[in-house]
Parts: sequence; structure tokens; C-alpha cells
Amino acid sequence: MSAASAKLEVAALNSFYGPVQILFDVGFSVGRGEVVALLGRNGAGKSTTFKSLMGLVDRREGAIRFEAEDIARLPTYEIARRGLGYVPEDRRVFAELTVEENLEVGRQPARGDAATWTPERLYALFPNLAEMRRRPGGQMSGGEQQMLTISRTLMGNPSLVLLDEPSEGLAPKIIEQMADAILAMKREGLSILLSEQNLHFARLISDRAYILEKGRIRFSGTVAELEANTAVRDQYLAV
Amino acid sequence: MALYVVQFLTGLANASSLFLAACGLSVIFGVTRIVNFAHGAFYMLGAYVAYSLTQRLEGGLGFWAGILVAAAVVALVGALLEMSLLRRIYRAPELFQLLATFGVTLMVEDLVHLIWGPQDLVGPRAPGLDGAVTVLGLPVPTYDLLLIVLGPLVLGALWLLMHRTRWGVLVRAATEDRDMVAALGVNQKWLFTGVFTLGIFLAAFGGALQIPRTAVTHQMDLSIIAEVFVVVVIGGLGSITGAFLAAVLIAELNAFGILVLPGISLVLMFLVMAVVLVIRPWGFLGKPIQTGVKTIGEATRPWRPWSPATSVLVAAAILLAALMPLLLGSYGLSVGAQILIAVVFAVSLQFQMSTGGLDSFGHAAYFGLGAYGAALAVEWSGLPMEAALLVGPLAGLAGALVFGWFCVRLSGVYFAMLTLAFAQITWSVAFQWVEVTGGDNGILGVWPSDWASSPAAFYWLTLAVAVVCVLVLRHLVFSPFGYRLRAVRDSTVRAEAIGISRQRTQYVAFAVSGTAAGLAGALFAFLKGSIFPDVLSIPTSIDALVMVLLGGVATVSGSVVGAIVYTMASIWLMSATDLSRLVLGAVIVFLVVAFPQGIVGSLAGLVAGPLERWRRPAGAARPVALPAEGRQ
Ligand SMILES: Nc1ncnc2c1ncn2[C@@H]1O[C@H](COP(=O)(O)OP(=O)(O)O)[C@@H](O)[C@H]1O
Ligand SMILES: [Mg+2]
Repeated sequence: MSAASAKLEVAALNSFYGPVQILFDVGFSVGRGEVVALLGRNGAGKSTTFKSLMGLVDRREGAIRFEAEDIARLPTYEIARRGLGYVPEDRRVFAELTVEENLEVGRQPARGDAATWTPERLYALFPNLAEMRRRPGGQMSGGEQQMLTISRTLMGNPSLVLLDEPSEGLAPKIIEQMADAILAMKREGLSILLSEQNLHFARLISDRAYILEKGRIRFSGTVAELEANTAVRDQYLAV
Repeated sequence: MALYVVQFLTGLANASSLFLAACGLSVIFGVTRIVNFAHGAFYMLGAYVAYSLTQRLEGGLGFWAGILVAAAVVALVGALLEMSLLRRIYRAPELFQLLATFGVTLMVEDLVHLIWGPQDLVGPRAPGLDGAVTVLGLPVPTYDLLLIVLGPLVLGALWLLMHRTRWGVLVRAATEDRDMVAALGVNQKWLFTGVFTLGIFLAAFGGALQIPRTAVTHQMDLSIIAEVFVVVVIGGLGSITGAFLAAVLIAELNAFGILVLPGISLVLMFLVMAVVLVIRPWGFLGKPIQTGVKTIGEATRPWRPWSPATSVLVAAAILLAALMPLLLGSYGLSVGAQILIAVVFAVSLQFQMSTGGLDSFGHAAYFGLGAYGAALAVEWSGLPMEAALLVGPLAGLAGALVFGWFCVRLSGVYFAMLTLAFAQITWSVAFQWVEVTGGDNGILGVWPSDWASSPAAFYWLTLAVAVVCVLVLRHLVFSPFGYRLRAVRDSTVRAEAIGISRQRTQYVAFAVSGTAAGLAGALFAFLKGSIFPDVLSIPTSIDALVMVLLGGVATVSGSVVGAIVYTMASIWLMSATDLSRLVLGAVIVFLVVAFPQGIVGSLAGLVAGPLERWRRPAGAARPVALPAEGRQ
């Protein structure tokens, strides 16, 4: 992946919670329209990487280039407005707000470089949501919340979406639905960076993968290469 | 029957203004996580500005324009305050946020004094609404009926704003999860400013609406803020509907309490709050809140026992203090005794704050109870000073046992607000129970026994008490009990896992602290020879907080220094200027913005580095302080 065409390029990223360093010289890239998986066991630093991209950690050093522009010093809301959409692992739907209102919070003006989403388009993508527009986010099942949190982020018309463990805790049927939705997003031209603890879900949708362990990148390659490399998988991934 | 109906209506009318003020505070807290102590000051400003405007504007239209413009003007001032001050302290510990907004309150008080003069002002009646309507044969002011309608109207309007506009949806979302709202591309800066402005508008509107009903006075700010805290705590921080329900409840309690027994309404308010909090610690409609930064000062250095050198220094300082009567005249000695009493007071608060993490905003309650306990022992039972000096701390202890039982169930801002509310209730009792406390006239003639009546003897007595008190509290800090306290402060979950009960441990600390504060209060009564309700007032609580924070909350010695510096500075300030509150308020605001660690804490942070290196030659490893401390 050449630097010029990369959507997101991260180099020498070090992140801290208080005095504790969590990420060490992390570097990776996501190409235009590409789906990249960031893999690693629980506690490897995947969520911290995503939070670092969004400016939600206490301190971070290093370069984060989005669309060839350094966003490492921008406040969180500016990063989001540039087109970086964040779907946190704990979903964080607004429990008191209805489905419609959750989507409203995410709404941002249309952007030239990315697909434009409306509630109706999202209801088409996630038919379950269409049936519960007035339901408070706190009264939805885990799968429904996951659909809502992705939809909410898409309302900002991002060009790159960060999905933190999108399959976590979901029933197999919902996981399939989720994979379809992610592929639909890909067809819309979105770039996607997702994190997972193992290959099961990631292999269905990803082009390339990185493996993170104890805050350092240990592997980088195509999904096919990773599937072939049992040693690396056994050493760094959950079963 | 008719009387009850009318009284009920009066209660509803009172509830409206209370609701306006309380829901503003609640909304602001929900989004910014700041408990705006200055809310009462803005309520008062609303009344004063409305008074001035309605003096100039004629007729019904003029009156209502005056009320609304007053609220808008004050809201604008609020917006400026948010942009200039609050934006700097959103990430500060909540205690500092409370202090800074209290500093603003002090400044507003003196500014109001400057602009509108010291006298109470009586505003105009609302044109066309100055009559009364007969309800079941009894007159009810027409204006009251208007207020009764206005409360639910405002509640409805706020509901529409919060549910039918994008701005309102963003506010509700931010109340739940600020970071997520930012991650979705919303610039919170303006959201915060907007919410703060709205909250201040509501408070000022509530204050302005009072001018046809009551005189505009300088006490409006602190009297409303205590009630607002009670309402918000009962209703649940962040909940508008909760604030409405609680405002109606409290106002009705007051209205009917007065029928039963004037003065009992406060006790009722207290009881209701207590019951609600025991059943629902987060209020009617509130939710457990993740309180933000809890510990003050990241650079909290480990506690360690005195080195021999430090012990010598301390002994020398005590000796020097004991020699003061050879140098000072009687005025100097009375100032000296006052400083020593402040030291005891400050150290008693520091004990619960630093070791227990209990940031009390109502420490005056125990100081005042001690003072009144001692004074009443002399006046009613004719006890000598020696006995009264025992009654004082016991009164402090009793108060701490009663109030603490409720307070330690809560933490963070809820704890701070509840302690303040209890102190304010105690103040009101002292103020209103004239037969026992003499009310505003206080209790006079509280003189020491003969042997302690000379300035030097009394000074030595306070010195002895102060030294013993500080040493005992310090000893407790390093006792197993002190370790348990810090364990629950630092990690409640882990401490409870090894069998330490947070509530019980903190309850004991609260009681110890209240006892020591009571002792300080008892000495204070004998120093002054008289006692007035202001020993129980909010400013007394704040004095203690500022002393502790000046010294840096982490160390006992810091509080001692803080108490000395602060007491001398405030005595000097009182004599040097009429605008002492303006200066003090500005200083508090400045300190919070400039030294978020406390002065001694910040300086120590600067000095500690080089000093450590100087004491410990490079390469010489030193054992970690903790195990050594454990054996102490
Ligand atoms: N808010 C936090 N404060 C301090 N440490 C944290 C915080 N969040 C995560 N950590 C630590 O950072 C490391 C990486 O966590 P995380 O990024 O959540 O891993 P993953 O998402 O891969 O499971 C873990 O050791 C975790 O304990
Ligand atoms: Mg994670």
C-alpha cells in the first residue's frame, strides 16, 4: 500500500493512560475502500488504538495522517467531522434517547467524498431498527444496539469507519447480518478498520490484517497469509 | 379546610421559583458535571436587575419586559463567565469547581453591595395582578396563581426544547455520554456555553419573578442555594422533572410546616431529604453518576512519618509559639489564639478530606455546634469553662453522628451538597430558634474561667489544645485506621474485598473530624465571649476548605500553614478594605485557575524534585517509603 493512496496512515503511535504507556510505536495503514482487521487478544491495545485515533486517550504521540493530513492534534469532534467514524466496542448508545434521536445525534452535513446516509437508508440496511424508531436505546437487545451504534456513526457520513469488536457478544445469526452490512458499507466505497480477538468474523470481510500484542504490532499481511500461518495465530490470537 | 387549600396554593407558588432555580442547576450539572455554586448569586442578580428595570419601565408590558430582559442580561453575564472561567476548569476536581463558583458568589455579593447599596429593596407589584382572588372564602394573591401556572408551563417548554429540537437531543445525549457526543462530531464547547446560559437564564428568571412577592436582599443567594441543593439532591441531579417534583415537595413541606410550628419546616425538609436519600441515594429520578476526577493533585506524595530533623523543627516551632506571650500584646495574642483555633478547624477538615476523600462543604456545622454547645452549657446550665470545653466537642460529635450517617452513604458532589445542606439547616435552626439560641442576637457572656481569662493564659490553653489535637489526628493518619481510610478512598472495591466497610470507616472519620471541629468551635466561643449564627454559615465552611486547599490537601503540615496564612490574610483584608469579599472571591478564583494542586502542594511539587536529589546522592538506592510507613 503506497502512502499516497492510503486513507489512514499511522506511524510510531505511543499512547498513555495517565502515566502508563499502552501503545508502543504502533504503525499501520488503511487504503481507500479497504477493509482492514486489527487483531489481538483481550487487553492487546485494540480499543486504545481506536481511542487514540479519535483523541480519546489521555496522551498520544506519533503521526496520524488521515487523507494525508495530520489529525493528531485536532480535538475529537474535528476528527469526526473530517470523516472518521467511531463505533466503540461497548456500543455506548444513548439509553434514554430513542432510536431516531440516537441517529439525530450522529447526523452531520453531507460530504463530497463519502456516501450520504439518511435514517431511511439505514432502516433499509438494518430492517430491525425500522420497527423500533421510538424505542429508547436502553431497551434494545445487544444485537439491535450494535446495529444502532453503527447506524448512528454512519449518519455522520464518514469515509472511514472504525468498528471496535463488532461481533462481540452477538448471536450467530446477527453476526451474519453484521457481516452483510459491513460488506454493503464497503460497496458504498467506505474504508473500514475493525478489531476482533480472532479470525472467525474478520476473515469473512477483511482484505488485510494486523496483529497487536501488548501494545506492539506483531504481524502484518493479507488475510490469506494469516490463515496459512498457524504459528502466528496460535501465539497471538484467541481461539 | 379552606386554610389548607390556600396554604397548598401558596406552596405551589413558592415551588415555581424554586423549580426555576433548581432545574437550571440540574441541567447545567447534567451536561457540564459542574455544580454551580454561583447559581444562587445569579438568582439574586436576576432579582436586582429586574428591580432596576421595572423602576424605569411603565405599565404591564414594561413590568414583564423588565423581568424577561433582566433574566436575559444576567444569562449573558453567565455566558461570559462560562467562556472566561468555567472552560478552564472543566477538567479540574469537582471540589475546585465548587470553590471557584463560590468565589464568584462572593464577588457578586460585594458587587451587588456596590451597585445597589446595603438596604433591602421592595419591587413593584405586577400591574393588573396585584389583587387577590377569593378561594373558599380566603384571599389568594392573583400573582401567586400566575406563578402556579408558570411552573408547569416552564416544565412543558423545557420538555419540548429537550425532546423536539436538535439542540435538546444533543443536550440529553451529552448528559449521558459526553465523549461519545464529541466522537460523533459535535463541538461541545458551544453546547456547554448554551446549557450554562439557559440554566442561568432560568435562575435569574426565578429570582426576577420574586420581586413582587418579597424584598430583594443580599441574603437571597445563599438562602436559595441551600434549598436548591436540597431540591436537586432529592430530585436527582440532571433531571428536570425530578427537580419539579422535589421543588413541589419541599415548597409544600415548608407551607404546611409553618402551619404546624414555625421553624419546624426546616426539620421536616431535613427528614424528608434523609428518608429519600436512604431509599433512593440518587434522588427521585437521578442515576448513579460517575464522578470525574476524584483525588486532588496528581502529585500526592506518599505519607511518611517525621524524620528526626523534622521532629526537631516541629518542636522548635511549638516552642516559638509558646514564647509568643513574651512578644505580643493582648490584641496580638487574641489573633494568635484565633489562628490556633483555625489550625484545629482546618486540620479536622483535612483529616476527613485527605485520608477519607470526604470533601465536606458543610464543616461549619460541627464548628458551630461546638461553639453553641459550649455557649449554651455556660448560659443554660451555668457550667464552668472546663466542662463546656467538653460539651462543645460532644455537640460536634453528636451532629457528625446524625448528619454523617446520611452523608457517608453518598460520595462526590452528592456528598458535598448534602453536607452543605445539613450545615445550612443547622444555621437556620440557630437563626430561628430565638428562645434557645437568641437568634441573630446570639449568646453573650461566654467567658473563660478565671485562670484562663488573661490573654496569655487563654493563648496557652488554645496552643496546648491545638498541639494535642494536631498530634492526635496525625497519629490517627498513620494508625491502622488511617490506612483503612486511605484504602477505601483509593479503591473502595478492593478495600471492601478485604473486609473493610467503606461506610463504617468513613463514618468514624466523619465523627472524629466533627469532634475536633466542635472543640475548635468551643474554644472560639470562649475567645470571642459571644457566639452568633454566622459561625454556622456557608462562608465558615468555605474558610476551612480554603485553608486546607491553600496548604495542599495532602499534608497535615500544609493545613497548619494554610490556616495560619489564611487567617492572618483575612484579618488583614478585613481591616484594609470594605470589599473583602470581592478580593477574597477573586483570590479564590485565581488560586483555583492558577494552582489546581493547592499552593503548598504546587510549590512542594516544584521543590520536592531538587530536594530529594540533594538528600539522596545519585545511585544510592532508597527503600520505598510504603513498607517503612506500614510499620510505624
Ligand atoms: N481507561 C484506562 N485506564 C488505564 N488503563 C487502561 C484503560 N483502558 C484500557 N487500559 C489498559 O490498556 C490495555 C489495553 O486495553 P484495550 O485497548 O482495551 O485492549 P483491547 O481492546 O485490545 O482488549 C489493557 O492492559 C488495559 O488494562
Ligand atoms: Mg477492546
